[in-house]
Amino acid sequence: MEFAFTDEQRMIAETVRGFFTEHATSARTRAAMAGEGIDRALWSAFAAELGLAGIALPEEHGGTGLGMIELALVAEAAGAQVAALPLLGHAMIGQAIAKGGSEEQRAEWLPRLAAGEIIAATVWAPEAQLVAGRLSGTFALVPHGAVADLLLVYGGNNAWIIDLKGAGVTVTPHVTMDQTRPLATVILHDAPVEMLDDCDAAIAAALAAGWICLAAEALGGAQETLDRTVAYARERVQFGRPIGSFQAYKHRLADMMIEIEQARSAVYWAACAVDENSEEAPIALHAAKSFAADTFFMCAGNMIQLHGGIGFTWEHDAHLYFKRARSIQTLLGHGAYHREAVAAMILGAAA
Amino acid sequence: MKLGFSPAEELFRAECADWLQAQMAGAFRDIKGITTLTAKAERRKEWEQHLGENGWSCIGWPKAWGGRDASLAQQVIFAEEYARAGVPGRVNHIGIELAGPTILAFGSEAQKQRFLPDIAAGKTIFCQGFSEPNAGSDLASVRTRGRLETMADGHEHWVVNGQKIWTSLAHISDWIFVVTRTEEGSKGPKGLTFLMMPLDQPGIDVRGIRQINGDAEFNETFFTDARCPADSLIGAVGDGWKIAMGLLAFERGVSTLGQQMAFRNELDALIAAARANGAAQDPLIRQRIAKAEIGLRLMRYGALRMLSNTDHSRIDGAALTYKIQWATWRRSLGELAMDVLGQAGEVAAGDSYEWDTLPNLFLYSRADTIYGGTNQIQRNLIAERGLGLPREPRGDL
Repeated sequence: MEFAFTDEQRMIAETVRGFFTEHATSARTRAAMAGEGIDRALWSAFAAELGLAGIALPEEHGGTGLGMIELALVAEAAGAQVAALPLLGHAMIGQAIAKGGSEEQRAEWLPRLAAGEIIAATVWAPEAQLVAGRLSGTFALVPHGAVADLLLVYGGNNAWIIDLKGAGVTVTPHVTMDQTRPLATVILHDAPVEMLDDCDAAIAAALAAGWICLAAEALGGAQETLDRTVAYARERVQFGRPIGSFQAYKHRLADMMIEIEQARSAVYWAACAVDENSEEAPIALHAAKSFAADTFFMCAGNMIQLHGGIGFTWEHDAHLYFKRARSIQTLLGHGAYHREAVAAMILGAAA
Repeated sequence: MKLGFSPAEELFRAECADWLQAQMAGAFRDIKGITTLTAKAERRKEWEQHLGENGWSCIGWPKAWGGRDASLAQQVIFAEEYARAGVPGRVNHIGIELAGPTILAFGSEAQKQRFLPDIAAGKTIFCQGFSEPNAGSDLASVRTRGRLETMADGHEHWVVNGQKIWTSLAHISDWIFVVTRTEEGSKGPKGLTFLMMPLDQPGIDVRGIRQINGDAEFNETFFTDARCPADSLIGAVGDGWKIAMGLLAFERGVSTLGQQMAFRNELDALIAAARANGAAQDPLIRQRIAKAEIGLRLMRYGALRMLSNTDHSRIDGAALTYKIQWATWRRSLGELAMDVLGQAGEVAAGDSYEWDTLPNLFLYSRADTIYGGTNQIQRNLIAERGLGLPREPRGDL
């Protein structure tokens, strides 16, 4: 038992933190927001220069062969800068194929995912059915759906991947509150699908990776809102004092830190539990997703409040965090859903 | 990063569990499951000695002083199994978690010889004399005075006058450590000295304070020309504040995990009550129970982070936020318990003002957010030490 990062993990954390702080600037993120909601140059640099798109993919298929802890370190650093990157879909589809794909499927898709050549998205659709081996239907509100090349449709006992550049696909982007991860509706008409070899394993792996990715993004975002607000609290003077010297103000910052420290425990507990295949993994994942998302939202809301009027302006970055936090709360199951899942584990199913 | 325990550690867990369960099923079955700090005090002193005789009292201490040199993981395991077996809290908590480590860190060789083996053997029970009626959150404003005097026998003694308050378990303790003002006219943290005094003497008077739950675990302790030999101080004259602050840092050690297992037992009692009366089907109660479960698990992993942290050059956020986290969690659990129990929770089981685990939790947890630094003081500390915000302005003393 040693619940601390290894030297290698610490090094990865420093590298990704430095990378996103330098490159995922507010100006670049805002340029992406005004466009398709993705910073393609940043994605290429992340995949090609840093070589970290395949961090949790197996080495024999071009990945780095690390696990959920390292994936979380990457997502935390990206989340800290609200980077406009398709990390979520990429992490989910990568794990789905790595854990649920046949050897051929792994060999076909994983190297391209590890190289960052493919942008991926996912959609939960437990009711979806194939007709004559093809998929039709409307799949609403797919994160980064408009820029994705590959779609994972999963749920029930099914996990299919679909080439979004292929036949029978219509994609409609939506103006989305969080412009760093815009939603799109995908309409499929007799689209050809590829069914993953072990759908149950694929679904479990996709969800675990997705929850960890979102929870880690939330942790990074929450810590950044705290750091930026603390910096503001020390420089902004009112009534002849830095506003951070007023108890009413500093106690709210302390409350943010209290939640963030717990969110940090939650994220790395969940990541470590999945990597170790611990029986605690399911409860840890629900805890991490719900707790970290709520923490981020609380912190981002406080960031606006504690900055006063400037925090409500478009020019200030507070709203980027606030909107990302809100979308993370909803994505892949809201807080009440995850808490009910925990309740069912300890109390039995609701009547 | 690694959460699992090694096979050798799991063997150690089995050894701990077997021994503890055997004691709770055997000679000490009468104290199993006690949740208040004061019940059956004499039997629990015997339990302290039994732990000592079998080498289970202070397993993290060096062997030379009655410990086992146990690794961190072993200490974690023992603390968890201790509470899991339903063993009541340690009445010598202050001795083994605070006084002992303080003597180990700051005491002289003679003081180590004098106190450590007896603390480990459960023969010397300690209590803590910090707070005073006018030194609560503002702990540094203590007024209890200590001065060196030459007695009739020609030896120098410290003579102490004043009053301490909230001295938990002073009425069953043998020794008290006292922060005294030894420099005439000094203010705040300067001029304080840390003394160890025997309680059984004419100059010390202990009076119980009845609490909102009807129990009397806390006391007022009055010092009227109370005495201890000149060499009873830890560190040097004037070092009292430094020693006291060092001591408070020990409070965040492995014992937090044992404390969490006691919380686990409380949450399990709440879950059992909710199942029994149907509250477990209420969606809002289910959400709150889930939150409590998540909070408790996060406390465990926060503590493991804190214990695994070897970089003491930086502020440890998990450690700094731990007190307010658990205190607030437990207060919420008490409130949830009453919502689960309904009116049945407001009626005592017998004909005295004594409460079962859950109603007692509801009442007692109001103290958790006050003692050891109130939630408001905790937020000041977090903001100032953790976030580097400006210190609270201080009035003139």
